[in-house]
Amino acid sequence: MTRALSRLLRVTGAASALLAAGAVRAVDPQSFDTLERGRYLAIAADCAACHTKPGGKPFAGGVVLQTPFGSLVGPNITPDPEAGIGSWTDEEFVSALHDGRGRRDTYLYPAMPYPTYANMTRDDALAIRAYLGTIDPAPDKIESNGLRFPFNIRSTMIAWNAINFTPGRLAQDPSKSAQWNRGHYLVDALGHCGTCHTPKTIMGADKTSAYLQGGLLQDWYAPNITADLREGIGRWSVEDIVTYLKTGANRDALASGGMGEEVVHSSSHLTDDDLKAIAVYLLSLKPAERQTRQALADTDVRMRAGEAIYKDNCAGCHTDAGTGAARLFPRLAGSSAVQSDDATTVIHTVLFGSQAAATPGAPTGPAMPNFGWRLGDAQTAAVITYIRNAWGNAAAAVSSDQIRTVRGKGGLN
Amino acid sequence: MAMKLPPKDVVIIGLGWTGAILAQELTDQGLDVVAIERGPWRDTANSFNIGYAPDELRYGVRLDLFQRPVQSTLTFRNSGRETALPIRQWGSFQPGNGVGGAGVHWGGQTWRHLPSDFRIRSHLTERYGARFIPDELSIQDWGVTYDEMEPFYDRFEYLAGISGKAGNLNGVIQPGGNPFEGPRKREYPLPPMQMTYAPTLFAQAARSMGYHPFPSPSANLSADYTNPLGIRMGQCTFCGFCVGFGCANYSKASPQTSVLPVLMRKSNFEARTECEALKVNLDRSRKRATGVTYVDGSGTEWKQPAELVLICAFAFNNVHMMLISGIGHPYDPKTRVGSVGRNYAYQTYSSVQLFFDDKNFNPFIGSGALGQTVDDFNGDNFDHRGLDFVGGGTITCQPTNGRPLAQLPVPPGTPRWGKRWKEEAKKNYLRSVGFASQGSSYAAYANYLDLDPTYTDRFGRPLLRMTFDFPDNDIRMSNHLVDRMEPIAKAMNPRQYVANRRAKPYSVVPDQSTHNTGGAIMGTDPKISAVNKYLQSWDVPNVFVIGASAFPQNPGYNPNGTVCGLAFLAADAIISKYLRSPGPLVRT
Repeated sequence: MTRALSRLLRVTGAASALLAAGAVRAVDPQSFDTLERGRYLAIAADCAACHTKPGGKPFAGGVVLQTPFGSLVGPNITPDPEAGIGSWTDEEFVSALHDGRGRRDTYLYPAMPYPTYANMTRDDALAIRAYLGTIDPAPDKIESNGLRFPFNIRSTMIAWNAINFTPGRLAQDPSKSAQWNRGHYLVDALGHCGTCHTPKTIMGADKTSAYLQGGLLQDWYAPNITADLREGIGRWSVEDIVTYLKTGANRDALASGGMGEEVVHSSSHLTDDDLKAIAVYLLSLKPAERQTRQALADTDVRMRAGEAIYKDNCAGCHTDAGTGAARLFPRLAGSSAVQSDDATTVIHTVLFGSQAAATPGAPTGPAMPNFGWRLGDAQTAAVITYIRNAWGNAAAAVSSDQIRTVRGKGGLN
Repeated sequence: MAMKLPPKDVVIIGLGWTGAILAQELTDQGLDVVAIERGPWRDTANSFNIGYAPDELRYGVRLDLFQRPVQSTLTFRNSGRETALPIRQWGSFQPGNGVGGAGVHWGGQTWRHLPSDFRIRSHLTERYGARFIPDELSIQDWGVTYDEMEPFYDRFEYLAGISGKAGNLNGVIQPGGNPFEGPRKREYPLPPMQMTYAPTLFAQAARSMGYHPFPSPSANLSADYTNPLGIRMGQCTFCGFCVGFGCANYSKASPQTSVLPVLMRKSNFEARTECEALKVNLDRSRKRATGVTYVDGSGTEWKQPAELVLICAFAFNNVHMMLISGIGHPYDPKTRVGSVGRNYAYQTYSSVQLFFDDKNFNPFIGSGALGQTVDDFNGDNFDHRGLDFVGGGTITCQPTNGRPLAQLPVPPGTPRWGKRWKEEAKKNYLRSVGFASQGSSYAAYANYLDLDPTYTDRFGRPLLRMTFDFPDNDIRMSNHLVDRMEPIAKAMNPRQYVANRRAKPYSVVPDQSTHNTGGAIMGTDPKISAVNKYLQSWDVPNVFVIGASAFPQNPGYNPNGTVCGLAFLAADAIISKYLRSPGPLVRT
């Protein structure tokens, strides 16, 4: 018998004995270890993304999430008995995470990523519950349902769940390393990366066939994070990914928009071991089969116009060769964000600008200024088409209509 | 009646370079620090969009980054016999405003003063005898030596990512650097900037005459850089919108690019912008400051109590704050008694403009501190025996820009408008270059700062009054430098060159330099200095006054390297000495 196995048997034996005696629960909600673990898990699950308004009271809710079906507002999950979840039982809390059912069996909307949190172990769910019990209660009452008819009727989720949701915990894959399994758990049970990075079906459920291959959310395109070399993160090493998640910046890219928020609130606080596990897992995801794409010819009129605009407006920071400056100005040559099939993020960034996350490891927080006020639709289309097809990049040309569409929505972030 | 706020450990007046450095150092010690800043918040991401940061009309002509004279100004006169009048439009100098202060609009030349500069009166007396120093001059030793300053210069150079070439490493002269500089412990953090054509040509000519040109040390970064705080800065793009402008490329060291991203994250630091400090409050003994009274943007008056008050505004505003608050004894030029307002000094600038037929300088490729300098005629680097002056200056060729409104050099005799002006502007735009001497400004008994008896600001406080003219010594010095510059100009072989000599009287109208110094000078004798060698007020020991106001006179260099070196020196003294035993750090 290996030492680890024997230790495991001893521990479970002891736990069974205690449970039989009815002396303690499996998760002691008062122990420092549980609370500290719950705090860490709540960060890894990025609860604050939807439940803490910028500058607002922790977990008092109020973050508005725009969906194709209307808006949803993250509710108050502080222990306030009226406005928050203080009067919920542990069972009700676990059921919300695992089954998408709130108090008195009401149906939650999957903007609360229960299809992902269902993968979480019961102990982890209870640890988060224990930690949330220590937060200052906030009396802020939040009306979360801003959906359009018929989606505003919660029972519509019965049908949705029947089609799109299979409850059940995440199974360990014994053929893979413990590190890979930990990474899988962090990505698919806690981090709910797929909420943004997996494209959605018409019903708003994950298109599982395109798992983590890039999704559109609130006018940002969350890029492919599989090992795809051109559109994904296949060019990055484990170290590159760890540095990016830890600090928001690595030699190629800077996190901004929704990912910037994720880094600031969540991944920058994770342990290096957990970040490595995430990187190992993501890099194991085989890219989808796709045809190689031909770059537009340099002589294409859009490329020539785009190059001139690029030199006047962009090259000062991103350089003539598209190489940028590590941890300051993103590299465009070879960039997956730039070459994504869906150019929304690049268009959004050029028109409205964007500021990179500032973290203790990368405190600068540099910004891409907005160019929407000085570049017209055709100019913006040309310069984006150029950066998508220069320096070995290859991606579909962008049209003035696409620019107009994004411009019309205004800058949300 | 001002409302009283909960006390802080430290209150800082002004959030420019010195305020940011002191705040960064003291918050690292766990102190609770608040900065009171008169102007607006500014950061690179939100304030300096690359699309409009190079707006010459907004920044270069309408002076968007600068103090508004209607908000606060000072009065000026050349001598005690005249009546001073308020400056209503900036010209000769342009004081900054807002977060970052003058550190936003500076060009980035970052010098260390010469070892002899710090003990200039002793040095000149030893070398030439006391009688060699002209009677009009009130020059003094600093009370601090170059060797004491070295580690603090180093701290700033690495914080800012200065690009340059050492000329003296631990006493060993280095080829390619300034052979006259004091010994430094290590190289600059970054190599010199890539040279453009004009400084290269200037250096060739200077070298052919036996001088020692070297790349000017620059806070415009020659390469991407991560400073000791972990902040990333980018390589300078030579955009030509530097002096007078905020940098959109994270390439010019400033509080914004070098300190604030880390400082602003700290929970024990707070910046209150659009808040104007009215005075430092003293207790009944007048020996102890109790805090600062300020007015916020809505006109509400607040009292911020604090254990320690750091006056970190622009040089002459520091002096104004001391005089308004009654800290120290105002200087009287008739009796030469009093310490505050004493030894106000400036910079003695002269230049040569060259016009060529056969050269193309592409002047739009430039930056604030990109150039070559000759230091052979600075300070006491050359033998003054037989000469009729003391002091000297750098001679620098440093084309900072080819901006369309400010930089259209035409030869003398050209009309100032019309067809011929257009022809000459077009003909000479690419083919003209200038170089300049940044001459020392030695303090004189007649030059000083005090409170104006007539004019008041919007709060009813007397304006600061500046009484200044170039000492005759400095005019002789400046002419000597032009006499050295003209042969260099000839050696560059232009079609024509024009020497612009400095003459009396000093005028506040033409743009010269925002290198105002003195008025709250450091020294060893409380009778003739306002602060001790740690920049601590002799009279109110829990007040430190930090900035170029502490220069006893202005050597022939841009001041900011020494200003920020002094900020680190003061921070070190507060941390290693004052906090352990609050009270006067120097006993007399």
